[in-house]
Amino acid sequence: MAIGKSVNRIDAIAKVTGRAEYTEDLYKPGMLVARYFRSSIAHGRVKNIDVEKAKVLEGVEAVFTFKDVPENKFATAGHPFSIDPDHQDVADRLLLTRDIRFMGDEIAIVVAQDEIIASKALQLIEISYDEYTPLILPEDILKKDARQIHKGSSNIVGEHQYSTRDLQVISGDVDDALEKADYVVEGNFETVMVQHCHLENHIAYAYMDDLDRIVIVSSTQIPHIVRRIVSEALNMPLSRVRVIKPFIGGGFGNKQDVVLEPMVAFLTLKLDGRAVQINLSREECMTGTRNRHPFHINVKTGVMKDGTMVARKMDAISITGGYASHGHAIAAAGGSKQSSLYPRMATKFHARTLYANIPVAGAMRAYGSPQVIYALECATEDAARKINMDSVEFRLKNIARQDDINLLSGKKILSCGLADCLLKGKAFMDWDKKKKEYEKCKSGPIRKGLGVACLSYTSGTYPVCVEIAGARISLNQDGTVHVMVGATEIGQGSDTIVAQMAAETLGLAYEHVRVVQTQDTDVSPFDTGAYASRQAYVVSNAVFRAAADLKKKILDHAGLMTGKKARDLNIINGKIVDTHTNAFLMDMKTLAIDSFYHKERGCQLTADVSHKTTTNAPVFGCTFVDITVDIPLCKIKINKIINVHDSGIILNPVQAGGQVHGGVFMGIGAALSEELMINPATGYIYNNNLLDYKFPTFMDLPQIHHDFVETFEPTSGYGNKSLGEPPVISPPPAIRNALLDATGVSINSLPISPHKLFTAFKKNGLMVSKGDADV
Amino acid sequence: MFDLKKHMKANSIDHAIALLLENPDARLIAGGTDVLIKLRNGKPGFSELVDIHSLEELNFIQQDEKNNILIGSGVVFTDIIQSDIIKKHIPMLCDAVQSIGGPQIRNIATIGGNNCNGVTSADSASTLFALNAVLEIRGKGTTRQVPVSDFYLGPGKVDLKKGEILTTFKITPENYQGYFGYFYKYAMRNAMDIATIGCAVSLKTKKHIIEDYRIAYGVAGPVPMRCPKTEKSVINRKVSKSLLDEISQTIETDVSPRTSWRATKDFRMNIIKELSKRATKEALLRAGEEV
Ligand SMILES: Cc1cc2nc3c(=O)[nH]c(=O)nc-3n(C[C@H](O)[C@H](O)[C@H](O)COP(=O)(O)OP(=O)(O)OC[C@H]3O[C@@H](n4cnc5c(N)ncnc54)[C@H](O)[C@@H]3O)c2cc1C
Repeated sequence: MAIGKSVNRIDAIAKVTGRAEYTEDLYKPGMLVARYFRSSIAHGRVKNIDVEKAKVLEGVEAVFTFKDVPENKFATAGHPFSIDPDHQDVADRLLLTRDIRFMGDEIAIVVAQDEIIASKALQLIEISYDEYTPLILPEDILKKDARQIHKGSSNIVGEHQYSTRDLQVISGDVDDALEKADYVVEGNFETVMVQHCHLENHIAYAYMDDLDRIVIVSSTQIPHIVRRIVSEALNMPLSRVRVIKPFIGGGFGNKQDVVLEPMVAFLTLKLDGRAVQINLSREECMTGTRNRHPFHINVKTGVMKDGTMVARKMDAISITGGYASHGHAIAAAGGSKQSSLYPRMATKFHARTLYANIPVAGAMRAYGSPQVIYALECATEDAARKINMDSVEFRLKNIARQDDINLLSGKKILSCGLADCLLKGKAFMDWDKKKKEYEKCKSGPIRKGLGVACLSYTSGTYPVCVEIAGARISLNQDGTVHVMVGATEIGQGSDTIVAQMAAETLGLAYEHVRVVQTQDTDVSPFDTGAYASRQAYVVSNAVFRAAADLKKKILDHAGLMTGKKARDLNIINGKIVDTHTNAFLMDMKTLAIDSFYHKERGCQLTADVSHKTTTNAPVFGCTFVDITVDIPLCKIKINKIINVHDSGIILNPVQAGGQVHGGVFMGIGAALSEELMINPATGYIYNNNLLDYKFPTFMDLPQIHHDFVETFEPTSGYGNKSLGEPPVISPPPAIRNALLDATGVSINSLPISPHKLFTAFKKNGLMVSKGDADV
Repeated sequence: MFDLKKHMKANSIDHAIALLLENPDARLIAGGTDVLIKLRNGKPGFSELVDIHSLEELNFIQQDEKNNILIGSGVVFTDIIQSDIIKKHIPMLCDAVQSIGGPQIRNIATIGGNNCNGVTSADSASTLFALNAVLEIRGKGTTRQVPVSDFYLGPGKVDLKKGEILTTFKITPENYQGYFGYFYKYAMRNAMDIATIGCAVSLKTKKHIIEDYRIAYGVAGPVPMRCPKTEKSVINRKVSKSLLDEISQTIETDVSPRTSWRATKDFRMNIIKELSKRATKEALLRAGEEV
């Protein structure tokens, strides 16, 4: 039994001994490096560019500009291809551009023998621009006569709405329901640009292994999608592109986008197949790849005196920056969560995604939900406070329960442990007692408060996108198995989980299952990659089927060898056992040797399954937090924090805990300190480095607690649901709600930094600087 | 990859001075935690280096026969934190350097480099100001002593001439014996961060009267600074809660923080005032006073 055990990560030793090879560790003799020449303005068009001086610098191999690349626009989002043209991603990107859409846009590229020469060559490029006023704020972007950042787009990448009236799931128009509500609470909420800050920056290199095929080695979450998009960008058959994914140092969605791969492929094509690498600096990575969409959200909540929420109306603006990347999908995904979290009320969600002259937004952990649920859970808190109801009790009254119908999908929620999550969290915090105790801490310079927020998420992208996963398992001569999956290990532990699943179904020891770590689109089964928290859920259905199939083949072969009926045999702890007599018949190695080498019977026993999952299980969870607010110093200290999750059956408790801790960590960063700061006049980013971008350190974090409510999800192979992204969602609103509890001040924009607290406390008359009470 | 043109390892102070004079464009590298950042950023003037890293002559913490505390410029912060002499006599310096960077930085960054870099946010500086530290500087055949407050000339500018090297920080007994101090660093993060404001207080009391009082700030102006008006108004006053309040009011007249995109002047002023109270209170508590 391997499921539910905290087995050691399959790659733990390779990683801690430094033997695991990441893209930068791999090297091709004579490999060249390429560096982008980026725009120093946010909005404009290149008037003139002169690269002659750069070209003749010793050690420079080539310089390419927008004049040299194919006039072939492509989309970069790491989505599966959509057969429906209406659902295809926006193709708005060229390999290099003359039209400048954000500060840092890619105009030219230098290929040189090393990075120092490349950097020097960049300084020799001469450029002049026609400059336009940067469009950064929604009101400017949406002005009638605003310049179109992409011709013909009217600066709107996408727009949609859904409402309970149109869906006819529950009766009632949201405006009627608001009208009839005892109270309507309204708020405007804002989130800012934050960045993934994965440890390993974007890096990729490409070469040609013969004169026909391009090989790309890349730190990517989506090798098979990279293959398709490179073939689209370069107009070459997909089978001529091969993508290899070595170990990955984190992605958090930023590598669910095709960023460097088309360029390195283009460069090797141009340079007769020589190897060319692009290795972004941290500074480039923070502004030149992707970040989280800033949102502006208006929420109206209708609430009755008895604590029932009856209506919710949301209007959101999401900002994608200079290019569409994942486009409107972020706002659409984020907006859908209201209907799984609070499914019993009249609902309307409307959203628009806008271009702007700021760095490009794309996928980031939890894909729109941190923004939307932040707004929703602040609004829920405001509604509870309006009618003076306890925050936990209020949520218990309104949240999703098992067998509720998800408003948007129309599907029944088959497993839902959210109420139990809230009760567990409440007990852990000693909520009622602490609430009483903290009543005395609502005045003076040091105040204390409690906060809570809920979350809901999905276990993949179906029915918006296809959910396909492949698994291939073969029996080795020594009785162990090798598993190949298309599921992409990026540090989240997916390979370990796959091994646990295969071991469980095959009846083998976990140690006897080897998962092939490196992925190679020439040989790995097809899977669209690591995103949407889909991996364990979607792959479980493929691994379960492949393992069951191989097990049957093994038992059939054991039948051939023993003359017994296969159905009377089983694999227990890696041994073939007669289930009637409990007699041990042979070990796996004996069986394997026979299957390979017996001259007449058997064959190499393998199973190969590609499976489409056509369900999508919602997951749930919540954050509880206890904080102290130091008013004169404008600081929030977290005394205690816990996330409780319903993610179905927990496959590996230690790994699951790791996901929760990492998510809470990122959530705390987004709540209190992280923001890519932008000059609103010029589009300049002040802090694209880890000194000035205030990503928390270990010294900034409290001890993080976590717990699970294990439900069984019938639509997955092992009862599991998603867990990768959800933990990041609920800490920010919980912390905002705790601040409100402590001080009575609601801050409806993230992050709640000392600067913001200073302004808010001053405005609310809390900054009395006289008196020793301040000390 | 660093665009390093020349790297010269010095095997003594004199050798370092000679190398600096022979190579007019070269500069010293000790721990390199400021120098290498600038080199990486392509800042001119950092590509020729005279390396004094781990030069034994600069690596000492001792008390001489006159009870002066002497700290070599090449001492790394971890060694200061672990020094029995510093822990016993000037624990506030431990507080200050403990707040710097993270463990890896503290293991390699030197107190000499921190001050020669010349920035107002150098976390060891305000404490050295409060202690009236004197810097010993050697050149070819010369040795001179400069009070730390005169050493800082302007942002990024210190009183070092061509071919000079800072060797020692000296703290005389009349500046630490009987004193109690506290250092408070306010930053956006608790580690790996540049101070929004740093505040060092060192004081001496007798029968609940403040006999001497020194308060110094980092980032409250272009260079680290003492606050003479406030200090004068506190000396010979009785310890009281209202005194703390008064300090936080007078301090405004001593400092000149500015607005940058990192923080506004208003915000910094608020922190300056609040830290004056908190650091003074902590120093008083260490002195055994009740507030
Ligand atoms: C990640 C990180 C975090 C940091 N955090 C902090 C922090 O929290 N607080 C803080 O104050 N600083 C911080 N710093 C800055 C830096 O670590 C300190 O200023 C450090 O003390 C510099 O010492 P060094 O030995 O590394 O100096 P170096 O980089 O070697 O030198 C700095 C300057 O001093 C000159 N110099 C060095 N030694 C001498 C000498 N003996 N005589 C004359 N000139 C000399 C050099 O020529 C150079 O101009 C941080 C740096 C990094 C990279």
